[in-house]
Amino acid sequence: MKDDHNGAPRTVPIQSATFSNPTNAEIRRAAATGIYDIRGGGSKRKVPHFDDLLFLGASISRYPLEGYREKCDTSVVLGTRFAKKPIELDIPITIAGMSFGALSGPAKEALGRGATLAGTSTTTGDGGMTEEERGHSNKLVYQLLPSRYGMNPDDLRRCDAIEVVVGQGAKPGGGGMLLGQKISDRVAEMRNLPKGIDQRSACRHPDWTGPDDLEIKILELREITNWEKPIYVKVGGTRPYYDTTLAIKAGADCVVLDGMQGGTAATQDVFIEHVGLPILACIREAVRALEDQGLHREVQLIVSGGIRGGADTAKALAMGADAVAIGTAALIALGDNDPRWEAEYNALGTTAGAYDDWHEGKDPAGITTQDPELMKRFDPIEGGRHLNNYLKVMALEAQTIARACGKNHLHNLEPEDLCALTMEAAAMARVPLAGTDWYPGKPGTSF
Amino acid sequence: MQTFDLEAQGLRNLNSALHAQSANTNQTVWEVINPKGSHAIAVGLDAPIEVNVKGHTGYYCGGMNKQATINVAGSAGPGVAENMMSGTIVIEGDASQYAGATGRGGTLVIKGNASSRCGISMKGIDIIVHGNIGHMSAFMAQSGNLVVCGDAGDALGDSLYEARLFVRGSVKSLGADCVEKEMRPEHIEILKDLLERGGCDAKPEEFKRYGSARKLYNFNIDNAY
Repeated sequence: MKDDHNGAPRTVPIQSATFSNPTNAEIRRAAATGIYDIRGGGSKRKVPHFDDLLFLGASISRYPLEGYREKCDTSVVLGTRFAKKPIELDIPITIAGMSFGALSGPAKEALGRGATLAGTSTTTGDGGMTEEERGHSNKLVYQLLPSRYGMNPDDLRRCDAIEVVVGQGAKPGGGGMLLGQKISDRVAEMRNLPKGIDQRSACRHPDWTGPDDLEIKILELREITNWEKPIYVKVGGTRPYYDTTLAIKAGADCVVLDGMQGGTAATQDVFIEHVGLPILACIREAVRALEDQGLHREVQLIVSGGIRGGADTAKALAMGADAVAIGTAALIALGDNDPRWEAEYNALGTTAGAYDDWHEGKDPAGITTQDPELMKRFDPIEGGRHLNNYLKVMALEAQTIARACGKNHLHNLEPEDLCALTMEAAAMARVPLAGTDWYPGKPGTSF
Repeated sequence: MQTFDLEAQGLRNLNSALHAQSANTNQTVWEVINPKGSHAIAVGLDAPIEVNVKGHTGYYCGGMNKQATINVAGSAGPGVAENMMSGTIVIEGDASQYAGATGRGGTLVIKGNASSRCGISMKGIDIIVHGNIGHMSAFMAQSGNLVVCGDAGDALGDSLYEARLFVRGSVKSLGADCVEKEMRPEHIEILKDLLERGGCDAKPEEFKRYGSARKLYNFNIDNAY
């Protein structure tokens, strides 16, 4: 640092926390283009998360299970409330809905292959059901979205569960858009759209306008499918107590709750970062709603939005969820954002690990694209193998933690097994701050 | 003909019986009595049968129909013929909101009026309304034809894709990107066929055609304000 002209030291330059380099860069980008940024990848800001929780393993007051010999069950049954044919999964980790159109056909095939090997389910998305996905998914959840692209009764009858999507964690209250460059002949045909134009998805369902209508809509779906299929209702994490309550009232077999760190589809950056709640803040409220209705564990709760490994899974289950769903993590397991494509990520103005412009159709990994040449780079068999490996590791990690807490089933994990590292996490998860028996808002305290 | 008393035998038994009909069934005509506004009547049918409902229906009558002909001798509640794939549904009276929503094929005839959001997000269905339709009809309609012999409410065809809208009466207002278009001879032919199928006593030349200006087809931030 140079001195000023009188020889006195200058003030050290300080980067503003408010006007940080990324913030300033975004201001310059907005000023130059006049268009808000659109991307995928969910919230990138640091928010209270599962990382802010720790498990309290067993010592004397708790008795752990032996890691290699004593059983710790991972199975889960979804849809036990009304459905004649509930879904039975080997692990409580499912693949979240991601559309054909956003993802290539081989990528959907790989998701099916990997999930089937791991004994779990996949989910369609905004774009209908592909043969690749149905053919390779032992258990497939069929999404009923506001756009109704590709919706038909034949696919309703050949799915294993139906997910009525009301909202998504990255954009609760918002619709979607698939840019024209990804609307290939096949995508256009499936969505009844001209090739090459932007596909808009409405933010609301066209044929129902509130929870009372939803209840009747679910009745219709059940009647069409002879009451066989579990009906999930997916909401973005915003008002989890009330939304869960109304989903239960409408007759959901399962509630899917998606936090702000999730999202693989194109959304406005301002929406991703400023609308919705982190999933950590949603789970206990949703569980409270289920308990207040006397339906916890009878109506299952699936949570998603930033789930990355066995620890996240175990923590979500300990807070009362029945299963988790992964989206972004599944794409990474398939090979997206892999450093092997670093040069090409650089050419797109980004770096491996930060690539989030999946909607542009230029994915070097060939996963989130409809470009035939890029798609050739992706091997669905290898991708499926990697996903299976990853899901198995997640389950093993969760089992290891559960055994250390003395539990012979992942669902036996409970809030009492957790503590929090921060006040915020303690308040949201309603578990004690580490080293204390207190959390903000605990009944009987004055805080 | 099979007669089914919905009040006595229940919705589940009705839909189970109708779903059990195959393409080769010899029980092709069914009569449903005492519907009394029940929801989800005759949903998910997949056989060339005829179902005659003697009275008013609730939500989603004929939802996701394939092949079947469903006649409602009364009025229909919200979402009639929702996501219909093929076949024909005829409503003798009026239809409530979202009639023919997301329909991908087949023909829906409404001999009375239709409420708001008629044909919303339609994807190939043909809808013929003898009377008027309410606001926000054909919102984001992708393909197919909507024929309105009466008047249309506010915001007709908002954010329209490639569906064709034919209106004989007045249009209170057009939605974003919906414009009046030239009625060429091929459209007269299309409309003539639709009017005949719908049993409408109207001349094609009396109608105006509306469609997409296609300005929303590619993202433009100016459209977001």
